[in-house]
Amino acid sequence: MESLGSIRRSFAPWTDPNAKPYIVFDGVTKRFGDFTAVNNLSLSIFEREFFALLGASGCGKSTLLRMLAGFEEPTSGRILLDGQDLRGIPPYKRPVNMMFQSYALFPHMTVEQNIAFGLKQEGMAKDKIAERVAEMLKLVKLGQFAKRKPHQLSGGQRQRVALARSVAKRPKVLLLDEPLGALDKKLREETQFELMDLQQNLGLTFVVVTHDQEEAMTMADRIAILDKGEVMQVATPAEIYEAPGSRFVANFVGNVNMFEGKVKSRNADEVRIAGGSGAEILVHNAGDAETGKDVAFAIRPEKIKVSSKKPANGAGNAMEGEIYDIAYLGDMTVYHVRLPDGQVVKASALNAARVTEDPLSWNDRAWISFSPDAGVVLTR
Amino acid sequence: MADAAISAPATGTAPPRVEGGLIPAITSRLVIAIPYLWLLFFFLIPFFIVFKISLSQTAIAMPPYVPVVNGISDLFSKIGEFSLDNYIWLTDDPLYYRAYIRSVIIAGVATFLTLLIGYPIAYGMARAPTTIRPTLLMLVILPFWTSFLIRVYAWIGILKPEGLLNQFLMSLNIIDSPLIILNTDWAIYIGIVYSYLPFMVLPLYSSLEKMDYTLIEAANDLGCPPLSAFWKITFPLSLPGVVAGCMLVFIPAVGEFVIPDLLGGSETLMIGKTLWNEFNNNRDWPVSSAVAVILLLLLVVPIMIFQHYQAKAQEEGR
Repeated sequence: MESLGSIRRSFAPWTDPNAKPYIVFDGVTKRFGDFTAVNNLSLSIFEREFFALLGASGCGKSTLLRMLAGFEEPTSGRILLDGQDLRGIPPYKRPVNMMFQSYALFPHMTVEQNIAFGLKQEGMAKDKIAERVAEMLKLVKLGQFAKRKPHQLSGGQRQRVALARSVAKRPKVLLLDEPLGALDKKLREETQFELMDLQQNLGLTFVVVTHDQEEAMTMADRIAILDKGEVMQVATPAEIYEAPGSRFVANFVGNVNMFEGKVKSRNADEVRIAGGSGAEILVHNAGDAETGKDVAFAIRPEKIKVSSKKPANGAGNAMEGEIYDIAYLGDMTVYHVRLPDGQVVKASALNAARVTEDPLSWNDRAWISFSPDAGVVLTR
Repeated sequence: MADAAISAPATGTAPPRVEGGLIPAITSRLVIAIPYLWLLFFFLIPFFIVFKISLSQTAIAMPPYVPVVNGISDLFSKIGEFSLDNYIWLTDDPLYYRAYIRSVIIAGVATFLTLLIGYPIAYGMARAPTTIRPTLLMLVILPFWTSFLIRVYAWIGILKPEGLLNQFLMSLNIIDSPLIILNTDWAIYIGIVYSYLPFMVLPLYSSLEKMDYTLIEAANDLGCPPLSAFWKITFPLSLPGVVAGCMLVFIPAVGEFVIPDLLGGSETLMIGKTLWNEFNNNRDWPVSSAVAVILLLLLVVPIMIFQHYQAKAQEEGR
């Protein structure tokens, strides 16, 4: 499990106890009237990190971003940027820039003027501004559109202008509010990688708000999962996916099968869980699950194997059921297998070969099997 | 199905489209025709009558000018009797020339003052919570429920030396002797600003209300303090509203008669009053018609310039 974090890059300051966080939310609460948007939230973000705030709408992620930008002040708690308390500092004096979800391009200015806007505010010399604007236009590949107005651009081009404008001032931190939300799927995928390259090349700290888990998984170094104004888990995408800390996180990110049950016995790190139907599940690396406790066993569909015959290997877990539904998705097939107690388990199989040797059909008897370390035990 | 729809126009045998059928086409033309007919009967024809009178000569008769034209055929036989003498007369007498200039100046200053007062009102309304906006809008329109003339008369009671304003200021010991406001240009400005404020506020409000507030946040975020953001973002984006509001105030203010007559006193030289005097006191219909035609040209030219500018802006897709 320790190796999961290093799958993406060797960049991992959060594992270093001596590393100083760059942005700190310290017990931040934000209320709008009776509604608590952010509830006593603490979070640390490191320099040069690509950090994603992921959650459903209304979870407080945008409020968090707006507090960082200075458009909202926390009701209580502190926000520190590079050790400096941001309270009372107006947005126009903060060394952070934001890319707005609606892009908020100035409609009466050309692309060039939009990008130069922040630089002019800084009082930068004219020739320096021209140089920087040209550099930004090259970066987002919009050189020939410099004299156009925003309404003469496509959605993707506008998005890139907004991006160029927000990084033109070389802010310490770039805040991105649903940066790819208005783009179509194909463009979104391309732009994800452009954003990652940009962040690497400029060496900026990115804080991105998104409701799209795929987007967060692809781009971010770490993801904070938010729910009702509270942080549910902060971890790398791989940890979030493979080792969710709670039922909420496991359900929120990707597909998952949940087996509710009680811990029947525990032997070192090995645990046996008794499910409602009497079937037992053997799990390695069970964490802090104690005997007698109500727990959930979570396992991803792709870690479950489906076969028509009982698997030979006795060390793993195997259950018999009936094929209830089959969803053919091209690259893979998802089998829905109904167990004797009525629970439907999803298992996906990669269609690596064009013809499968073990064809399964609706209402066939089938076995599902998985190894003891394929899933996690959740106590929360 | 789709193929048929695409190829039909190319073959030229396309059946009439359902949504653009014969009856809707006639209806839509009829709908456009109504305002055109309205303008023809109540603007264009009266204007030609006025224009014709402006080319006539004054006479002690009924109506007080010659030639009197009866029918179209009569018009051609008497065409030689028309002349531009009245227009030449207007350029000869400095009275008219000065009245035009003063009207434009007074209307211009009043328009500027209306903008100065109207802009914050419209801005406040556009930024007010959505729930109270209809109420605020109602309050702006509310004065129209009382007669314009009565409202202007009411200002006499407020502004005269022993009026409400002076009594109030003197009771507070701010001034010792009454301010002379009535029968000065200030009274005209107050009257115009008060009367035409809704015409300024409404177009301003509609253009400010449409504006996306995130733009201001974006400007702030890029290091622009709020006041500067107003001049760089809010104001330029509200320019269509500013131009429309100024036109709606300036144009009627130039020809305004009631306000200068009631509040500005007898010596006020504005073109509306000059026209009134010419028509009623001197009974000189031809000269007053010429004054009206020149006034119209004076106002139409800036409107055409404005519309040209607006059409160009629209072409740019603003």
